[in-house]
Amino acid sequence: MRAAVLVFPGSNCDRDMALALERAGADVSMVWHKETALPDGVDVVGVPGGFSYGDYLRCGAIAANSPICRSLAAHVERGGYAFGICNGFQVLTEMRLLPGALRRNAGLKYICRNVGLRVETRDSAFTSGYEVGQEISVPIAHHDGNYFVDPDTLNLLETSGRIAFRYTDNPNGSLGDIAGVLSENRRVLGMMPHPERASEPSQGGTDGAAFFDGLLGALAEA
Amino acid sequence: MQEPAITPELIEAHGLKPDEYERILEIIGRTPSFTELGIFSAMWNEHCSYKSSKKWLRTLPTTGPQVICGPGENAGVVDIGDGRAVVFKMESHNHPSYIEPYQGAATGMGGILRDVFTMGARPIASMNSLSFGSPDHPKTRRLVHGVVEGIGGYGNCFGVPCAGGEVRFDPAYNGNCLVNAFAAGLADADKIFYSAASGVGMPVVYLGAKTGRDGVGGATMASAEFDETIEEKRPTVQVGDPFTEKRLMEACLELMQTGAVISIQDMGAAGLTCSAVEMGDKGKLGIRLDLEKVPCRETGMTAYEMMLSESQERMLMVLRPEKESEARDVFEKWDLDFAIVGETIAEDRFLIMQNNATMADLPLSELASSAPEYDRPHVETPQADPLADVPQIDAIDGLKSLISSPNYAAKQWVYEQYDTQVMADTVRTPGIGSGLIRVHGTDKILAFTSDVTPRYVKANPQQGGRQAVAEAYRNLTATGAKPLASTDNLNFGNPEKPEIMGQFVGALRGIGEAVSALDMPIVSGNVSLYNETDGQGILPTPTIGAVGLIAHEDDIIGTEVRDGHMALVLGATEGHLGQSALLTEVFNRDDGDAPYVDLDLERAHGDFIRENREYIKACTDLSDGGLALAAFELAEGSGVGVHIDMEDTPTLFGEDQGRYLIACNFDQAEALMVNAGQAGLIIHSVGRFGGDTVSFGHSSAPLEELSALYRGAFAEQLG
Repeated sequence: MRAAVLVFPGSNCDRDMALALERAGADVSMVWHKETALPDGVDVVGVPGGFSYGDYLRCGAIAANSPICRSLAAHVERGGYAFGICNGFQVLTEMRLLPGALRRNAGLKYICRNVGLRVETRDSAFTSGYEVGQEISVPIAHHDGNYFVDPDTLNLLETSGRIAFRYTDNPNGSLGDIAGVLSENRRVLGMMPHPERASEPSQGGTDGAAFFDGLLGALAEA
Repeated sequence: MQEPAITPELIEAHGLKPDEYERILEIIGRTPSFTELGIFSAMWNEHCSYKSSKKWLRTLPTTGPQVICGPGENAGVVDIGDGRAVVFKMESHNHPSYIEPYQGAATGMGGILRDVFTMGARPIASMNSLSFGSPDHPKTRRLVHGVVEGIGGYGNCFGVPCAGGEVRFDPAYNGNCLVNAFAAGLADADKIFYSAASGVGMPVVYLGAKTGRDGVGGATMASAEFDETIEEKRPTVQVGDPFTEKRLMEACLELMQTGAVISIQDMGAAGLTCSAVEMGDKGKLGIRLDLEKVPCRETGMTAYEMMLSESQERMLMVLRPEKESEARDVFEKWDLDFAIVGETIAEDRFLIMQNNATMADLPLSELASSAPEYDRPHVETPQADPLADVPQIDAIDGLKSLISSPNYAAKQWVYEQYDTQVMADTVRTPGIGSGLIRVHGTDKILAFTSDVTPRYVKANPQQGGRQAVAEAYRNLTATGAKPLASTDNLNFGNPEKPEIMGQFVGALRGIGEAVSALDMPIVSGNVSLYNETDGQGILPTPTIGAVGLIAHEDDIIGTEVRDGHMALVLGATEGHLGQSALLTEVFNRDDGDAPYVDLDLERAHGDFIRENREYIKACTDLSDGGLALAAFELAEGSGVGVHIDMEDTPTLFGEDQGRYLIACNFDQAEALMVNAGQAGLIIHSVGRFGGDTVSFGHSSAPLEELSALYRGAFAEQLG
C-alpha cells in the first residue's frame, strides 16, 4: 500500500506519522507543501500534526490553501482515502473535507496527556482494527481541539454513525465528547488524539497501533 | 544621521564603569563613536563577558574521554557511542522573563534551541528549571502562567518534547524569577559545526528572520539589578516566533548536509555584534559588515540599532563561496532570508560600514579578549550552627503539609502544557525523577534531569554545590542510566557584594569537587548575576542539568511498584533536618547546616544500583522531604498504598544524602542485602508497598485522600 504524508513547514509529527505507517507495512512518501501533485498511485494521504504555517491565524487555515491541498482535495473528490491527526484534523475541517471546526480548548490551556477514547464505529478503514465500544488510551497534545459543529450536522453525524471516537472523559469541551469524525463516504477521517504516539511498547502504550494496522488491512482488501 | 556625542551620562547608561571606559580609550586611542560605544557595552557586559565569574569558571573540570567539545562553543558535545553525540546546554532568561513572562520565557527556549542546532544537532529534549516568589505574592501567579505558557507556546510549536525540569517557590524570588532553559540534541559525532571562521575573503551570510528594533540593549539590561523603573525596560525584551525557528532549524540542518558551512553562530545576546566578533576571534580573522545589506523589518534603522538588536531566530554563517547558490536554494525553500552581509578579512579589524560610511572600526581580537576580568572580593559564608532543637510532627500531618505546598505537590498543571511526546521517542514523561528519551532508531535511551536545592547552597555553598550535582547523579542513576556530563546555570545576586561572591566561589568549589568525583564534567553553561531587586538577592541557585545514557531499553529501572513489594533504603539514615523541606514548609525555619555530601559514597551507591538493576523493580532517590515524600511519591505514582515501619520525624523527613528508595520482591530484597553486605554498603528494609492507605508506624491516611491533595494543590493555588 502506498501512503503519502504531507509536510508543511511547521509540521512536527510528520516523521512520527510516517514511521507508524511504515511499521504497519506501508510504503510512505513525504510530500512537500509546495508540490502541486501527489505521487502516482497513492492509496491514502496523511495530514500530520504540528503547526503547519505557525498557526498564528486559525489553526490549519493557511495550510488549507496551500498548493498540495488542492491535490489532496482532488484525491478525496475521486474517492481517495485521507486522514488528519491533530493539526491535520484542523486542516481537513478548514478544507471543508470534514464538517465542524476545532475551537480553543474549554480550559484555554494547551493539554498534553493520555486520554481514554471509546471507539464508536468499526465501519471505516481507519477504525476497522478496533471493536465497537472498545476503550483505548491515546495521547492528546493540542491547544485547539474543542470540536464544534451545528446541531443539524451533529444530528447527521450521530445518526449516520460518522463519529469515529469519543473521549471517555472530555478534556477540551468538545461537543458530544467527539474526538474524531468521518466524511460522508467514510474515507476521510480526522481526529485530535495521536495514535502514532501509542504504537509501540516503549512509548508506554500500543493502543494506537490498531489504527494503522487496521487501515493497512482494510486497504489491502479494498 | 548624526550620532550622539559621548558623555559621561551616555557611558553610564551603557553600563560601563569609568575605568572600563578608560580601557576603551587605551585600546582604540581615540573617543569611540556612538556605535562603537554600543558594541563595547554589548561585548563587555556581565552577561556576555563573564567578567566576574571567569576566574572561577576556569576551575571547573570540563574534560573526560566522553567529552567531544567542552565549554566555549554554543553547546557542549558528548560521545554516546556508535558515532553519535548528544549536544546540550542550559541557559537563563531570568531578567526578561520577570519583565515580560510570556516572551521572556519563549525567547529563552528559542535561544537554547538555537544553541543546540547551531552545532548541527537536531533538538530532542528540553527541560526548564523555574524559580518563583512566594505563591501568595501578588506577582507570582501571573509570572507562573506567563512563563509556562511562553515555554509551551514556543517548544510545542517548534516540536521538541519536554523531558523534565523543576518548579520552586520561595519569597527570595519575589523580585526576580529564574527561568533556566535546557535543550539537548543529537548529531553525528564527526559532523559537529563550530563557530571559528576560516579563510580570508569568505562571505559572511545572514540567515533567518529580519532585524528589528526589539531587544536593543537586552544583554546590558540583563546585567543590572532591578529597581522601580523596571516597567520601562519592557522594550528591551525580544519577541519570539517559533514557526520561524522551526524553519531555521530545518534549513540549517539541511544546509549543513551540503558542505557549504565553514562556521556558524547563532545571534543571541548582543545579536550581530557578539556573533560576528566570536566567529572572527576564534578564527583569528577580521570581519567587515555592510549593514545596508542586512534584512530589516523596519525602515531607518541606525548602525547602532542593527548592531545591538536582539531580534530572534537569526544566524550568522561563513560560507564556502562555491556553494552559494546551493545554500540560497535551501533558504528559499524554507522562505527564510539569506543575505551576504560582509566578508572575512585578514586584518584584525571589526569594520562596520553603512552606505560606505564607517560606523565602527575596532581591533577585533582586543574587543573579544580584552574584556575586563575581575577578581571580586569575596567572603566565605560562615559555618552554620547545627540545628538547636529537633521538631517532631505527626508523620501524616507532615506529609500533608509538604504535598499541599506547590513546591512538592504534583506538577502536572505545568507539564501538561508542554508537549512531552512529540517526535514519538519519549519513554518516560516528566513526573518522578529523570525523563527518558530514546535515541531515534536505536535501543539506547538518554536520561535528563535538572537539580539544585537553593536553601542548601545559601546555608553552605560548598555542600550545596556538591548536592546539586549529587542529586542529578542520583536521579539519572535511579533510572539505570550512567551519568555522562553536566551543564551548569549559575544564578546569583550582585557579585560586587563580597558575601554574594562568597556564595559563588563556595558553590563552584562544591560543584567542581562533585563533577570530578562523579565523572560528570561540565561541558557548557551560563552565568546569571545581578538577580537582585532593591538590594535583595535571590537564593543562590546553581542549577545543574545532567544527561545520562542507558545502553539498552531493557536496562531501564522502572517506577512502577506493586502490591507486596518490599521497600528498601540504600544508604544510612541519620535524620539530618537542618535546611530540610519540612523545616522550611511546616515550621517556617531556615536554620541548621545543609546535609553533608559524601562523594565517595554517592559513587559507590550509584554503581551498586546500576550493577544490581536486575533486582530492582522501581527506584527513586531520597531528596527533599526525605523517606516520607519519596515513599509517598513512588506509591502514589502506581496507585498503591505503602506502609513504612518508622514514624519519628528525623527518620522520615531527614534529608541525609546518598540514599535511594528501592521497591522489589522478597527474593530480590535478599539478593540486594547480600550484595550490599559484600560491598560494605548499608541497606535496610523500611516497609512494604500495597493496600490503599499510606502509613508511617501508627499514623495513616487513605491513599485516595492524599492523592487528591497532592494532585490538586498546585492548580488550586496557582491555576
